[in-house]
Amino acid sequence: MTDNAYRPHHTIEKGKLAENIMYFARLLRSAGLPIGPGSVIDAITAVNKIELSQRSDFYWCLNAVFVNRHDQMEVFDQAFQIFWQNPKFLERFMSLALSTSADSTLDEAEPILPRLAEILPDDRHLNEQLDTLQSETHFDAVMTWSKNEVLRELDFEKMTQAEMEEAKKIMRKLTLPLKEMPTRRFHSHFRGTRTDIRAMLRHSLRYGGDYIPMKTKSRYYRPPPLTVLCDISGSMERYSRMLLHFIHALTNDRDRVQSFLFGTRLTNITRLLHQKDVDVALKTVSAAIEDWSGGTRIGHCLEEFNKKWLRRTSAQNSVILLISDGLDRDAGTGIKAAMKRLHKSCNRLIWLNPLLRYEAFAPKPLGIRAILPFVDDFRSVHNLNSLSELADTLNRNRPNEEISMKNWRERAA
Amino acid sequence: MAKLPTCVDATLDLLKTGNYIADRSLATALYLSLSLNKPLFLEGEAGVGKTEIAKVLSSSLNRQLIRLQCYEGLDVASAVYEWNYARQMLEIRLQEASSVSRDTTELTRTIFKEDFIIERPLLKAMRGTEECAPPILLIDELDRADEPFEAYLLEILSDFQVTIPELGTIKSSHPPIVIITSNRTREVHDALKRRCFYHWVDYPDASRELDILSVKASNASSELSAQVVTFVQKLRSGNLFKAPGVAETIDWAHALTQLDCVSLNSSIIDDTMGALLKYQDDIQKIRGSEAGKLLEEVKAELSTSGEIQ
Repeated sequence: MTDNAYRPHHTIEKGKLAENIMYFARLLRSAGLPIGPGSVIDAITAVNKIELSQRSDFYWCLNAVFVNRHDQMEVFDQAFQIFWQNPKFLERFMSLALSTSADSTLDEAEPILPRLAEILPDDRHLNEQLDTLQSETHFDAVMTWSKNEVLRELDFEKMTQAEMEEAKKIMRKLTLPLKEMPTRRFHSHFRGTRTDIRAMLRHSLRYGGDYIPMKTKSRYYRPPPLTVLCDISGSMERYSRMLLHFIHALTNDRDRVQSFLFGTRLTNITRLLHQKDVDVALKTVSAAIEDWSGGTRIGHCLEEFNKKWLRRTSAQNSVILLISDGLDRDAGTGIKAAMKRLHKSCNRLIWLNPLLRYEAFAPKPLGIRAILPFVDDFRSVHNLNSLSELADTLNRNRPNEEISMKNWRERAA
Repeated sequence: MAKLPTCVDATLDLLKTGNYIADRSLATALYLSLSLNKPLFLEGEAGVGKTEIAKVLSSSLNRQLIRLQCYEGLDVASAVYEWNYARQMLEIRLQEASSVSRDTTELTRTIFKEDFIIERPLLKAMRGTEECAPPILLIDELDRADEPFEAYLLEILSDFQVTIPELGTIKSSHPPIVIITSNRTREVHDALKRRCFYHWVDYPDASRELDILSVKASNASSELSAQVVTFVQKLRSGNLFKAPGVAETIDWAHALTQLDCVSLNSSIIDDTMGALLKYQDDIQKIRGSEAGKLLEEVKAELSTSGEIQ
């Protein structure tokens, strides 16, 4: 690599390097890396310590300061390549940051991560964006709030591309606070119900064994395992693509989450979703799935799940989330037996169905009628609010839940 | 004290002396585990003979078997060691009565000494001595323990050592032979699997299962054994929620001999189905006409193979 392309700190006199690092840190911050002013100072001190003749030294120096999790590497790498290779970009970024006009061009050879692309305006939109930036700056805070409100009510299917992006961002932050279950494990706790003799004796040494202080322990609670089964057939496409972001957030939020996608066949995507960067994770998922937006064979897939995975994923009081519209190509064959088995093997089975958003929804299709008798809860999942409500119900058992389920079952019968 | 086998064939023979008919892949994994002194991780459906391997090894190598049955909430106090609190408290009082001045470090040394430790299976297995051969440590159904315990095992399995905060690290001079089994009710973490040789114990094929029956249920007639094995093999290829394991085959053969049955017929199959299938759905599916159909197939198959012989 010639140092020709690596202009910023070569062409700019010494005082500018610190400034450049600051802009670079800003770029990373807007791409989602948690970088505070402290690390900018650290970075500048660190860069001062090294010989600035090698490009790779500089790279790894900044990397050591700015990156603190493996999954941030990719964003950092792309940001570094763009920022420190293309001085024009730097000018532009500065101009954007300072809200002055810019006419320069940016040539991007490689495709960049969507997350980075979102914050790097391309030329066509640059001036436009600058205009809006200048005119809207004052109302920004207010606008986002109300936008958020509207967005939460909006059906996923009716969203524009931009709104979907916005919704995905909100979804990434949604978690599912499952009601914690008692385990057989204890941890020391000052208001525990059992004596912790081990801790008592250890503490007594502090006083030379003269007296033994009382120590207690209490039962340890943790959320139960969660299994997500998501339908990716044609009728569900819009929803499942959105919900994948939600599933990704769930999988990375805690341990003991297993996720599966099914259309005509069943795919376990748990490991793929463990990649923290959502763009990379979803890319690998789409590559692994062969039956996107095809037909659905719910009965067949559930049976396969029961045989291959149920016993491996659903021990210890698990909660199962079934995300499907219940519209089945095989007209409901095999669903009943498979659902019965599934329901028997978990603590709680929750069915999320986007069709429920229609007021006139009636459980007529055979698939839906086969599933309904075996679910503990039946809810809609068509907008952000319905997802938040879901989190709410999972946290406690609502008394009216049973009644509404009874109602549904009667209608399905 | 029997010597460890020196090749795969010797391992096979060793298991055979303990009435365990293993297939070659299992013997290879076991041989590697014994010779390289790395734990053996056995995974497979219930009733395929995972736990049995440890028992057989113990009896044929004439080693002590230390068994740790895992369950949810299994903790260090019941798996590794526990302090004898009553004795510790007594010791404190004794010291109080006898000596005039005590300092804390002295007291620590007296009440946290090895005499006051109650050994649990894992610590016991780590303390092999010169005189007796290293024991066999069976960690049974690891999937039933929770993740924190699994993490605790990492130190034991990779370095054969146990750390007790008050005493320090106890390193095994004669590491035990470790066998871990799992029924896959959840996935065991990669970090643990990485430290072991992994083997998936599968259902045996017909000829091996027949060999197993001839050893384990030797009083069943050869005709009955052949029918039982063929019937069970057919069941396994079918669409059942839980296919019968080898243990079920042996149980069934025992049950049939107990009923003085010399050859299968559909009524006796229906009556003894409970020895073979353990899920009501499965029993309902097979009982009656389906069992009769399978029996016809079994008989036809056995008669043709008999003619060839």
